[in-house]
Amino acid sequence: MARKTARPGRTLVVFFLAMAIAYGLVALAGTWKPTLGLDLQGGTSITLRAEGDPGEEALDQARQIIDDRVNGSGVAEAEVTTQGGNEIVVEIPGENARNLIETVQRTAQLRFRLVACSTVDGRCATSTGLPEGIQIDPSTTLPQEDGDQGEGNNRAALGSWARLSDTGSDGGEKDGNGQEQGQGADEGAQGKGGKQSAYDACIAAAADDKTAAKPLEWIDNPTTACVDAFTEFEASGGCQQGASAAMGDDPATPLITCDEDGIAYLLSPAMIEGTSLDDAGAAIPQQQVNYVVTLSFDGEGSDVFADISNALVGTEKQFAIVLDGQVLSAPTMEGRILDGNAQISGDFTETTANSLATSLRYGSLPIAFEDQPLVETIGPSLAGDQLSAGLTAGGIGLAIVMLYCLLYYRGLGTVVIASLFVAAGITYAMVLLLSETANFTLTLPGIAGLIVAVGITADSFIVYFERIRDEMRIGKSMRVAVESGWKRARNTCLAADAVSLLAAVVLYIFAAGVVKGFAFALGLTTIIDLVVFFWFTHPMVSYLAKYRFFNKGHRLSGLSPETLGVSRVATGGNA
Amino acid sequence: MGRFSQLGNDLHSGRRSIDFVGRRWYLYAVSAVLIAIAVFGLSYKGLNLGIEFTGGTQYRVPVASATQDDADALRTAVVDSGVEGVGNPIVSTAGDDAVQIQVEALSLEDSATVTEAIVAAAGISADDLSQEDIGASWGRQIAERALIGLVVFVVLVVLFIWAYFREWKMSVAALVALAHDVIITVGVYAFTGFEVTPATVTGILTILAFSLYDTVVVFDKVRENTAAMRESRKSYAQAANLAVNQTLVRSINTSLVALLPVGSILYVGAVQLGASSLQDLALALFVGMAAGTYSSVCIATPMLVHLKNTEDDVKLAEKRARARERAAADPYAAVPNFAEDMPIHNDPGVDPSSQR
Repeated sequence: MARKTARPGRTLVVFFLAMAIAYGLVALAGTWKPTLGLDLQGGTSITLRAEGDPGEEALDQARQIIDDRVNGSGVAEAEVTTQGGNEIVVEIPGENARNLIETVQRTAQLRFRLVACSTVDGRCATSTGLPEGIQIDPSTTLPQEDGDQGEGNNRAALGSWARLSDTGSDGGEKDGNGQEQGQGADEGAQGKGGKQSAYDACIAAAADDKTAAKPLEWIDNPTTACVDAFTEFEASGGCQQGASAAMGDDPATPLITCDEDGIAYLLSPAMIEGTSLDDAGAAIPQQQVNYVVTLSFDGEGSDVFADISNALVGTEKQFAIVLDGQVLSAPTMEGRILDGNAQISGDFTETTANSLATSLRYGSLPIAFEDQPLVETIGPSLAGDQLSAGLTAGGIGLAIVMLYCLLYYRGLGTVVIASLFVAAGITYAMVLLLSETANFTLTLPGIAGLIVAVGITADSFIVYFERIRDEMRIGKSMRVAVESGWKRARNTCLAADAVSLLAAVVLYIFAAGVVKGFAFALGLTTIIDLVVFFWFTHPMVSYLAKYRFFNKGHRLSGLSPETLGVSRVATGGNA
Repeated sequence: MGRFSQLGNDLHSGRRSIDFVGRRWYLYAVSAVLIAIAVFGLSYKGLNLGIEFTGGTQYRVPVASATQDDADALRTAVVDSGVEGVGNPIVSTAGDDAVQIQVEALSLEDSATVTEAIVAAAGISADDLSQEDIGASWGRQIAERALIGLVVFVVLVVLFIWAYFREWKMSVAALVALAHDVIITVGVYAFTGFEVTPATVTGILTILAFSLYDTVVVFDKVRENTAAMRESRKSYAQAANLAVNQTLVRSINTSLVALLPVGSILYVGAVQLGASSLQDLALALFVGMAAGTYSSVCIATPMLVHLKNTEDDVKLAEKRARARERAAADPYAAVPNFAEDMPIHNDPGVDPSSQR
């Protein structure tokens, strides 16, 4: 750029053309306002940190599951991202969404229950056709290694799962989940009060019903109040209402719920807790073509499962796998399974088999999170305050810098002002383009970064102008000084900007959360500073050097003998 | 402004010169005292760590105009909610339209109880309440990451300066200046008791960049001047001191231009928002930038000269310059003064103690 024959006019035209193209792209994207971060528009952010080092794949899987949960709870525009290799950030703009904390955080509860009634047959504990022909078999046909699939590495994630639940109420610790599920369902259904009291009656009656403690007998003769509640649930639309679970998922009580296909079930109290499941996997058994899902239970689980299989084999009574109160699968028993290794066969594809196996294996989340998540809720008034404070500070900062440069550099000060405006224009275009393409959101620290950058940007010009003045002081004419000063100032600025760019990149990589926004803004503006400096400020000064006002050292040009502190300025011939 | 420009010209030509390098022991002493005070403050008072580092729950309640009465009413409401861990809340006004309440980390249910109490007392909708729940371990990770970032940055910058200037002594001097800035900034925090938050940490990390940026600009001029050391018949110290003087006007301008927007953030942040990330960031930047400008002029360059003084050709240049200076100052200095009973010497002028 520092060729002696540089044509400043042409460079400027190209520069403005590039800027016009940038704004053309912005116009195509169609947004003239940057995406604001939660701290500027209000909302809730929940950051969960995994215990230990979860690995990228598991973290992404957890992110996907949480994403499904949050967006499934009817919240619009929630964004779930991973951060720093061990964190998941849920950002919910708009309203206060603290009620989602538990939804996000909980690890799902897997339980095995028996089916007393389902909508497929319309009767209770009867034996007509099954929806998907799902069966459960002894897994003796499976090669051993398939049975072991996935064992080991995910064990820790299951954490402290509870024991078998046929002894009674141990659902206390996660009661909150159940209630929430119940409420969710109620909101979807009409006649809430009547149905809720029917459920309560069912629970109360089941507590008195001695057979309820023995689910194998209970399903043949379910508590009447529960059958009534089930009938009422069905009558009021049942699963068609989009309810995932009609009642709280308490292992000690019967449960009325649905599966993904909208079939309603009346289920017995839980027989086996998910903790008793040692492993699950998807595989194609030898000499078969279809996928099956394999299960293997631990010692206690195996014993109970053996009882269940003894009771259910040969009948068409179903066994339900319930995750978070929703039926994942309800197979019949095809054989006696005494060793705790079973397989679920049915109409599985590779994807559905894997998905079921994953749900079985992980409870739901493949990783455990630290107890206390980081929760921030920004109310709309704070968000508004912060936005206006950021903009005010930016406006004042920019104005003061411009005023100072104008006072000190006079005529050259106008170049600083023009350069700052141009830099601001490019920055705005880049912020808009990046929020469109790279999901960049403007946060309060981001705005602070932009304001701080005003100083760094203006400094490039100061270095340059001081160089020009120095060159003129040793007797060079302005037109010569502009070029020779440029060569020196350019290198200084490149070195200095490289340092601040380095800082921005390091900050961006190592900092967490909002600090990233600051680092990004700082890095972005450092690059823009160089662009403006090279392709706007320098050609602009070269261009102005042609005018007598500057090269003759007019009193207000900032280059007069008086301001330079020398007796006369070399004019270097006619301009 | 004219007079300042005149000063700029004088400084540039060397007609007027502030002897930063010559007064280096004085400057070192000033900085040493400042650093000693900072270290004392740090060890004696410690840092006032924000809720992000200690863990806890923080509420920010919007009110029409924040007064002490509002704060007191909210404090009573929070204490009366009867939740464990809120017996001694820290309540303060933040800006002119909010009250900030900090309590210990609360469980979800307890937090909901306290929220209800606050909402009822302030008469606002629950949606307008801002709240932060932070486990104590979060701050540790922020600090850890910041520390890793700091180390990586310092290593990279040392390599960069070394590669750019081909002079490891410049890296060392720049690092000393950097440490000086950071320690003084941290010391200011220790003494004033301002809260240290992640925004403060960000600010301090940014000071690193600014301090070095400034030092790089000064060193660039030092290199330019000392490269021509032999021709300009100056010692390294003189050439470096001239460089500092020549960039002094720029240094002052730069710091002003950098401090002005930061000052505006600080002012607006403090007045409009009260305790906020904006204020924390700006305060750290303001102190650090001021220290950064001072250190690049008064610490980094004298330190560089100090380190260079052990080199042979620098020593040689120094010797020559001193001899020239001596000769220029008083060509007859070698001639001993006349005294009544002076011994007669045939070989004058080799005794350096008679100089100065």
